[in-house]
Amino acid sequence: MSTSLLKVEDLRVSFSLKSQGDMPWTKSRVLQAVGGVSFELKQGETLGIVGESGCGKSTLARALIRMVKATGRVVWMGDEELLGLSKSQMMKYRSEIQMVFQDPLASLNPRKTVGQIIAEPLRTHNPKLSKDEVVAQVKAMMQKVSLLPNQINRYPHEFSGGQCQRIGIARALIVKPKLIICDEPVSALDVSIQAQVINLLMELQQEMGLSLVFIAHDLSVVKHISNRVMVLYLGKVMEVADRDDLYDNPRHPYTQALISAVPIPDPKIERAKDVILLEGDLPSPLAPPSGCVFRTRCAKAQAICGEIAPELKAPEEKEGTVLALEKESTHRVACHFE
Amino acid sequence: MVFKQENIKNLALVVAEQDVKGRSLWADARKRFFQNKAAVAGMVVLIIVGLFALFGAQVSQFTNDEIDFMVIGQVAELGGPSFASGHFFGTDDLGRDLFARVVQGTQISLMVGVVGAAIAVIAGTLYGATAGYIGGRIDNAMMRTVDILMAVPYMFVIILLLVIFGRSISMLFVGIGLLSWLEMSRIVRGQTLSIKNKEYIEAAQATGVSSFKIILQHIVPNLTGIVAVYATLLVPLMILTESFISFLGLGVQEPDTSWGALIFEGAGTMQYGTLWQLAFPLFFFVITLFAFFFVGDGLRDALDPKDR
Amino acid sequence: MALLDVQNLSVKFRTNDGIVNAVNDVSFSMDPGQTLAIVGESGSGKSQTAFSILGLLAQNGFATGSVEFNGKEILNILTPDLNRVRAAEIAIVFQDPMTSLNPYMRVADQMAEVLVHHKGLSKTAAVKEAVHMLDAVKIPGAKGRAQQYPHEFSGGMRQRVMIAMSLLCRPKLLIADEPTTALDVTVQAQIMSLFSEIQKEFGMGVLLITHDLGVVAGFCEEVLVLYGGRVMEQGPVDPIFETPSHPYTRGLLKAIPRIDKGTKTLDTIPGSPPNMMQPSLGCPFEPRCQFAIEDCAQRLSPLAEFSKGRFRSCNRVSEDIA
Repeated sequence: MSTSLLKVEDLRVSFSLKSQGDMPWTKSRVLQAVGGVSFELKQGETLGIVGESGCGKSTLARALIRMVKATGRVVWMGDEELLGLSKSQMMKYRSEIQMVFQDPLASLNPRKTVGQIIAEPLRTHNPKLSKDEVVAQVKAMMQKVSLLPNQINRYPHEFSGGQCQRIGIARALIVKPKLIICDEPVSALDVSIQAQVINLLMELQQEMGLSLVFIAHDLSVVKHISNRVMVLYLGKVMEVADRDDLYDNPRHPYTQALISAVPIPDPKIERAKDVILLEGDLPSPLAPPSGCVFRTRCAKAQAICGEIAPELKAPEEKEGTVLALEKESTHRVACHFE
Repeated sequence: MVFKQENIKNLALVVAEQDVKGRSLWADARKRFFQNKAAVAGMVVLIIVGLFALFGAQVSQFTNDEIDFMVIGQVAELGGPSFASGHFFGTDDLGRDLFARVVQGTQISLMVGVVGAAIAVIAGTLYGATAGYIGGRIDNAMMRTVDILMAVPYMFVIILLLVIFGRSISMLFVGIGLLSWLEMSRIVRGQTLSIKNKEYIEAAQATGVSSFKIILQHIVPNLTGIVAVYATLLVPLMILTESFISFLGLGVQEPDTSWGALIFEGAGTMQYGTLWQLAFPLFFFVITLFAFFFVGDGLRDALDPKDR
Repeated sequence: MALLDVQNLSVKFRTNDGIVNAVNDVSFSMDPGQTLAIVGESGSGKSQTAFSILGLLAQNGFATGSVEFNGKEILNILTPDLNRVRAAEIAIVFQDPMTSLNPYMRVADQMAEVLVHHKGLSKTAAVKEAVHMLDAVKIPGAKGRAQQYPHEFSGGMRQRVMIAMSLLCRPKLLIADEPTTALDVTVQAQIMSLFSEIQKEFGMGVLLITHDLGVVAGFCEEVLVLYGGRVMEQGPVDPIFETPSHPYTRGLLKAIPRIDKGTKTLDTIPGSPPNMMQPSLGCPFEPRCQFAIEDCAQRLSPLAEFSKGRFRSCNRVSEDIA
């Protein structure tokens, strides 16, 4: 049994919104972006977080590294609680948790050379390193992510999208982190490039024993890379399970709809399959539905769904479904009917 | 797998090679700037005007306060521009050499413009970048202060300053410096707000780079484009302001002069047939302003990322 | 007769750094009521192909070749003539609906304006027809929502409004440029099923431009695969997905992680997308192709039919790349 790297308990993030022209004394509206998320990530594992836009997945990522204010507990390697740390205490962990961003070009400062960009975390956390040492490490890292080390003095706009994302990955890896949070790292890339970057991430993960939090809206990509998958909707966890468990046997109506909506690049399968079409739109996160947040679009919704928010719990065994309950199931679903 | 091996071989080959030089955004912009003929022409004019201001005094046969008693009283007949008399641009109404005076006026006017713009660049950039990056209440307080200062009729303040503390160049700099950075700080703040939300700033924050370093290393370098453009457009505005004040008779003190003061004098004697007294300072004034505007436009086009 | 017949279409852009060859010698044709997909990655020229059909190229772009719509040439014709075709017979739906909706006008008014202008309907009749169309694209409470402004709609609903708007004049051809790329997957499913329904109902041809092979598989009959501004492969959807005949199509299909299957490692296409500033004499895919032979850098076989209805452009025979 591998050890726990990151344990998140009841993480909540809310933003207070003021609209233009509000007086200073007007009460601001509260938007709860992440509403009580808990999960555990083991060393070397990948947790996939899926959900549609506005589900709070990016905010969750930023809360983990304290870029936005959050409440709850984030326990690092079983002993240190990150949310309570002061700024200087947090510095130590900033090198252990790194992030890869969505937009390959926008995440690189256009006025800096690739060498300067990749070296920045190194220089921040290891200010004593000599210049030559920094250059040597940067070049080694560039080679590792399949960039030509002699391109060290080039600028980001001279690279293609896929190469820029490799630069972003190199920047994250240069301080030898234990955890990398990937916020939609491949969604801006073309299919042929996407596969390269995914493979690179997986290879590096193997090689360096990294853990990943992989945030994406593309369920196929998440399925490919993750060990465990968490489904978010309006800031709440709908379902979390081991990868195969979740994809083969989704229990939550939202997960089912989500998986059925993913187009499959095979005409015969795609034409024959049943898509569960969700009714209506995503409700405003400013006024989320009472009870279960998904109930407004759920085909199974009943009166109880509006009254009580379902807890995240192990699904009940039902006739006809084969649940692997012999080994203790880690499948959790937030629905009254499962 | 043939492909991969070949790749690795290539890689080894390239690794042995020297580091490739990058092509920075500045290099790109420079190339675009030099393709813009109007901007290059403006640049050349500015260089010539600058050389004129620096070395004109050496060429001149007179100093700017020397009175040529030969022409006094007969300026319209004898004081015209001629190489023979040594008055290349003629003389002014008091018989002083206009060439020397234009050289001196150019020095003052350019200095006012450049110093005004420099104050704007330094104060405005730091103020605006700080307000924009920190945000929230501090941003609000800082920008409302700017609003209040902008609401003050600046010409009135400058005139008051000059009247109360006496007319001097340093007072003029103080007055112009006071107002020039306001607009700049607003522009810089706006730009900072948009840069602040870029992912590379987030990346720096995530890895723990200090705010001070983020402002200096990530925000300010990305502001240079817009600051450079605005500063070039600010110089002529400063020159115009100074000229206006001098035109009102409140600017620099005799025997020093500036373009505005010279134009004022020239305009006053127009009807006596000494048109050159207006024409020469006006010519320098106009070409310099045009040159600055052309250069500013050229810079804007060259640095505008939308073009790419 | 073909509804749309594109022959030897090339699109070039003049830029500061030189000429960009966005589309090179693309030919295809579409029958009435057919659904054709143009598939390609960014920079493949798929959007520029569509834009040039409608004369929507940017100022610095120019197209050569021929585009016939219902037997009439529409490439590079005068704007007034083109406007007539654009409004009444060919409609387009963009990736970002906000770019084509006026934020300061009520949805009903924007839609009615089209009808008043092109069909000479009265304002009241036009609004009625607009509401009818909003109903057809399944916007709940169409009558009330028609009186709202575009920003009051969600992304998916806005795309529905755009589709309703494009249907107003009952076009014979609908060009959809990445209509679901900006949308979430559940909304994408809604919009694609809407496309299928309205296509059956209105019987128009749909030219779908996309990078998503999954969407193509579910919706289209014919596929055109573009790479580097050239057609790599063309044919009916089923055989192309089953036995892709071009190394690029083949690589692309293998590079996609599948939700319905477990994949250990993804096959990748090495290298980077082509530089459109320097068009190669040969095949644009040659630097990334694992089957490339020496000839490929110099010469590209023209698009040729190799089995019934299927076309490919490759120097290797299709058996070699299997």
